Amino acid sequence: MNMVECRDVKKIYRQGKMEVQALRGVTLSIEKGAFMALAGPSGSGKTTLLNIIGGLDAADSGTVVVDGDTLAGMGQGDLADMRLRKVGFVFQSYNLIPVLSARENVEFIMLLQGVSPRERRDRALSILEEVGLSGLHDRRPAELSGGQQQRVAVARAIVSGPSIVLADEPTANLDSRTGSDLLDMMKKMNEEKKVTFIFSTHDRMVMDYARRLVLIRDGQVDGDHPRE
Amino acid sequence: MILEFAWRNIWRNRRRTAIILTAVVIGVWSMIFLGALMRGIADQMVRNGIATLTGHIQVHQKGFQADPSIENRIREPGGIRRVLEETLPAKSLWTARVRVPAVAANARHSAGITLVGIDPPVEKDLSFIGQAVRSGRYLEREDPRGILVGEALLHQFETRIGHRLVLMSQDTAGEIASRSFTIVGVYRGEMESTEKAYAFVTREAAREMLKMDGAVSEFAVLLPEEEEAGPVAAGIRNGLSPDSYEVLTWREMLPLVSAVLALYDQFIFLWYVVVFIAMGFGLVNTVLMAVYERMREFGLLKALGMRPLRIVGDVLLEAFFILGIGVLAGNVLGILSTLALKTRGIDLSAFAAGSEFAGLGRVIYPTLELRDILLANGVVFVLGLVVSLYPALRAARFTPVEALART
Repeated sequence: MNMVECRDVKKIYRQGKMEVQALRGVTLSIEKGAFMALAGPSGSGKTTLLNIIGGLDAADSGTVVVDGDTLAGMGQGDLADMRLRKVGFVFQSYNLIPVLSARENVEFIMLLQGVSPRERRDRALSILEEVGLSGLHDRRPAELSGGQQQRVAVARAIVSGPSIVLADEPTANLDSRTGSDLLDMMKKMNEEKKVTFIFSTHDRMVMDYARRLVLIRDGQVDGDHPRE
Repeated sequence: MILEFAWRNIWRNRRRTAIILTAVVIGVWSMIFLGALMRGIADQMVRNGIATLTGHIQVHQKGFQADPSIENRIREPGGIRRVLEETLPAKSLWTARVRVPAVAANARHSAGITLVGIDPPVEKDLSFIGQAVRSGRYLEREDPRGILVGEALLHQFETRIGHRLVLMSQDTAGEIASRSFTIVGVYRGEMESTEKAYAFVTREAAREMLKMDGAVSEFAVLLPEEEEAGPVAAGIRNGLSPDSYEVLTWREMLPLVSAVLALYDQFIFLWYVVVFIAMGFGLVNTVLMAVYERMREFGLLKALGMRPLRIVGDVLLEAFFILGIGVLAGNVLGILSTLALKTRGIDLSAFAAGSEFAGLGRVIYPTLELRDILLANGVVFVLGLVVSLYPALRAARFTPVEALART
């Protein structure tokens, strides 16, 4: 079974009297364990697609199924629960919670899931070690470099074993060296933990790392290339 | 961790939190302190009223309240004595007095006063006069010619201790009786008007002068607890013929004081509401600002899978902390400043004429009442959380996509 199933997904944004067709009928299947990039120019609709898969935004028509859950018709609370259990997010601008330390940022998801304090702590520390941040777990985001912050974000996204991790331009704010280190780390997580990664990007390097490259243009799939 | 999260969040913008805390602290402080002051004023009015020969309960011949003259005397006080002895709770004090309107005169002046005939040793513990003598001496049990007058009357009459004062009043036969007394002591009342109104002689002297035999004008009762006045009065009423006697509580004898007391309750509550409204706007504004500043973060929390209701709870928790600290500090400050003034009081003697007009004494002692403190805290806490609900709901309504799109 596929992890994500999109069928004829359409989305229109209205800005005043202007209508912007962000997605014009996207049909896409993403297999379990994928390490995949959605690429395309700005405004192509790749972020919109990512948001819809993550349940942050709703499609106007078409169906989206994530790990067996059909998203259409789910309420705000149910979508929140779905995201909490099945989806990890990594954002372009890291988006860590500034008042919490690296460890607490990672723990936060587990806190919402109701994991016991002891287990939270142990799992957070071990995942931070895996992403290469051992010893930095007590630092607040402001005391970490961009690359380190993004590693915390990845740790937060994968710590509770989600079905998919959605990463929106994860390397856009990083220099190429830090970016490739981060991608190496995520690839390792993908291979070792079998976590499905979906990136949206226009970074050549991310496309090179991906095992599958889906090109999006003008709200439609414009090419689907398996790599390697 | 949720608690810690909220706690850290309120200290992100220290200056803003400090400002709103100051507002809450000052608000709560003023609620408690000014509430205590008002309560003190009200209490003082009651105490003055009760101490100024009213007591908690009085028994009169029917009609005395409306026309306190010698015609409305209690001719056979024995029955009332028995009823009082049977019905009054332990530690109650009571006395029988003669009280008639009279004219006091010396060589230069004359004035209308109230002549009060008391039982000196009993009266000492029962009304203000026992503690009020400032110069000379108090009345003795056998003191047929001694009279106590107020300081203001003494000045008005340009006389002094040892000099004579002639009292004139109507006796039981309807004739004008007069008797000459010697000023043995001068008292000070809480109010100047008291000092000018009452002159005290022994009950026996008054009876002799007015040919009253065993009769008295009033029975006054002082109870250990003011709250018992109603039920005890009802008990006394049961034992007496309603056609012959009237039994009144202080609330009935001092209707103005009772009314003002009720008014003060409203004042205090209104004051709380006014303070809260000022504070509430500040609070909403601050929390709203904090919420909008962190819009992106709330979007993130939602994206991570935090349910909207938990976000509401989170914002309320932050408001709860701010309110908690503010209320706590406000209480401490309010209680301390009240206690500091409680022992010495606020001396208003410079404004004696004005404060007297309001039925106040010369010194106001603020009074802390638990129910006022609880009310103040309740108003701030409950309404504070209620108004914080608005920004909290706003925070929960941010959609993740829009919130995260903001930079």
